[in-house]
Amino acid sequence: MQNIFRRRNPVRSATAVPRAAVPAPLYGLIGEFRDADALLHAAEAAEAAGFTKLDAFSPFPIEELAEKLGHKRDLLPAIVLTSGLAGAAGGFGLQWLTQVVDYPLVVFGRPPFPWPAYIPITFEMGILFAAFGAVFGMVLLNGLPQHYHPVFNAPNFDRASQDKFFLVVEANDPKFDINRTREFLLAQHATVINEVQQ
Amino acid sequence: MAQSLKRPALGPVDPDALLAPGLTNTEVSRKLAGIPMIGPRKTPLGWLTGFAFALLLLMVYLTAVAWLLIQGVGIWGINVPIGWGMDIINFVWWIGIGHAGTLISAILLLLRQKWRTSINRFAEAMTLFAVACAGVYPILHLGRPYLFYWMLPYPSSLGMWPQYQSPLEWDVFAISTYATVSLLFWLVGLIPDIATMRDRSTNPIMRFFWGFFALGWRGSAKHWHRYELASLLLAGLSTPLVVSVHTIVSFDFAIGQVPGWHATIFPPYFVAGAVFAGFAMVMLLMIPVRKFYGLEQYITMKHFDLMAKVTLATGLIVVFGYAMEAFFAWFSGNQYESFLLNMRLFGPYAWSYYALLLCNFLIPQVFWFKWARQSIPVLLFVSLVVSIGMWLERFVIIVVSLSRDFIPSSWGYYNPTIWDWLLYLGSFGLFFTFLFLFSRFVPMISIFEMRMLVNEQEGSGHADTHGAGAGTGAQPAAAD
Repeated sequence: MQNIFRRRNPVRSATAVPRAAVPAPLYGLIGEFRDADALLHAAEAAEAAGFTKLDAFSPFPIEELAEKLGHKRDLLPAIVLTSGLAGAAGGFGLQWLTQVVDYPLVVFGRPPFPWPAYIPITFEMGILFAAFGAVFGMVLLNGLPQHYHPVFNAPNFDRASQDKFFLVVEANDPKFDINRTREFLLAQHATVINEVQQ
Repeated sequence: MAQSLKRPALGPVDPDALLAPGLTNTEVSRKLAGIPMIGPRKTPLGWLTGFAFALLLLMVYLTAVAWLLIQGVGIWGINVPIGWGMDIINFVWWIGIGHAGTLISAILLLLRQKWRTSINRFAEAMTLFAVACAGVYPILHLGRPYLFYWMLPYPSSLGMWPQYQSPLEWDVFAISTYATVSLLFWLVGLIPDIATMRDRSTNPIMRFFWGFFALGWRGSAKHWHRYELASLLLAGLSTPLVVSVHTIVSFDFAIGQVPGWHATIFPPYFVAGAVFAGFAMVMLLMIPVRKFYGLEQYITMKHFDLMAKVTLATGLIVVFGYAMEAFFAWFSGNQYESFLLNMRLFGPYAWSYYALLLCNFLIPQVFWFKWARQSIPVLLFVSLVVSIGMWLERFVIIVVSLSRDFIPSSWGYYNPTIWDWLLYLGSFGLFFTFLFLFSRFVPMISIFEMRMLVNEQEGSGHADTHGAGAGTGAQPAAAD
């Protein structure tokens, strides 16, 4: 049974009985790199070679790596701005609707529509909803939670969250050819290259 | 696999370094993820003892809260004219402590201060627990705590809505927003580290557990890109938030007309005081934790040096606030304000004002000297003194002002009862229970950010750019 949270230990699964004669469909080729710079160069070269279905995996964020893989503009800032403005408008609207429209109450002879007193809550609501936008926007745009992904099948991939760097060329890339892609990754000084099953 | 990873020999830590030399990504991941991943039978005895003590204090807290709910606020020493006593002092004190965590995680991130990396996770956790301790006090000090939800805007059968012109209502929104955003920021920071723990875990149950909460994080470049963007945006949002929260807390006083409260200097001086108290508390907690878990390679003397400098700087802003309060009292020519100053300096509570000046003004000045910033005993002592001093500051502001009403016939003197003290003591139980659980189950230092720091350190030894081959070979190949 496929463990959906983590692939099995590669050493153990190598000794296991082969499941079926029919090979699982190929997801792509994965190359392992020693450090961030090697990965960055490989990503740059892959983009220059015309590959489009690429992804890189690293234990920490690497500046410019996503840009080099063709990830240009992001929707997230727009989501944060919109949700923040909506939160602020909602906060102000809440106070205005309840205290001015629904139940006007004169306290200490203060004005009937004391808008300056509404600023703190308006501000807090704006921040709260912008933060919701940033957190949930990031998680959902990243397609998380996604507990299964083919790349978890790659040998040694548990090191991607610790100390190893990986580049995947997907099999559905128009330029993908298993032998030539393997040679390409080798030319980029990948230390190990493996096939990844779906 | 993990056993074959040899621990590299580490040199002595340079006092000016943010990280011990020779650390690798492998070693950082092993050490930092290893602390919360030890099996239940290997739980350190020191941790168990500390946790038992924290639970004991938590029982004190629950007893004090239960007796308050049964008997009402009459068990406390508050009475007319002093309606706010230790409940509000402790509320402001705890919330102020929390602000250092947000400052470290958000403002220092925006300012690109790399030294925050080793301490931000811990400081943020401290924020969460301090806010939890703070948030309970305003609810408990309501005459009828079980009706606290009347502060929330919901369509009730009373047909009434909250009074949004009151700073106490602003508090409800500010504190709840602050707690929520701090929690989200902290949880987002944990996702990649939980993925590391998932991948290092050998126990299938724990692997399932960590795997579930890691949300399937796989370190994809596109994900990291968005993740960094979200962190930066959250930092940008938290920065005005933390300033606004303590500003609103200071409005609880400054909007009122009580002499000694009605001052425009309150918001900035409260925010600086919060950072002052918070950094002192971070040092006070971090020194023993660093020692206990052997984190000297990650939290170096350079960190304490910088924290001591921040403490000194914010302390001087606070002292400027005291000077301005006295100046306003004299310059305004207002007889009530000058009377209050006279009361602070020569009244029945004069001891608290002089103790405050000793704790917050005189003693922290040792941080001008490098030997003091490099000495663990001095750091511990000054942090403790500052924590006491900031408690006294709130005591002076709240109690001294309230004890002298406008009419001499309604003057009073505040004597806290045993229940005031037990509730304060007990709140440490709540705080430390959370803190011990945190240190046992969550990586105390952000692992992925430490890996970034390791990478930068390696890179700086070679060509500074992302140019050809920088960093290659500096990282020893780990045996697989």
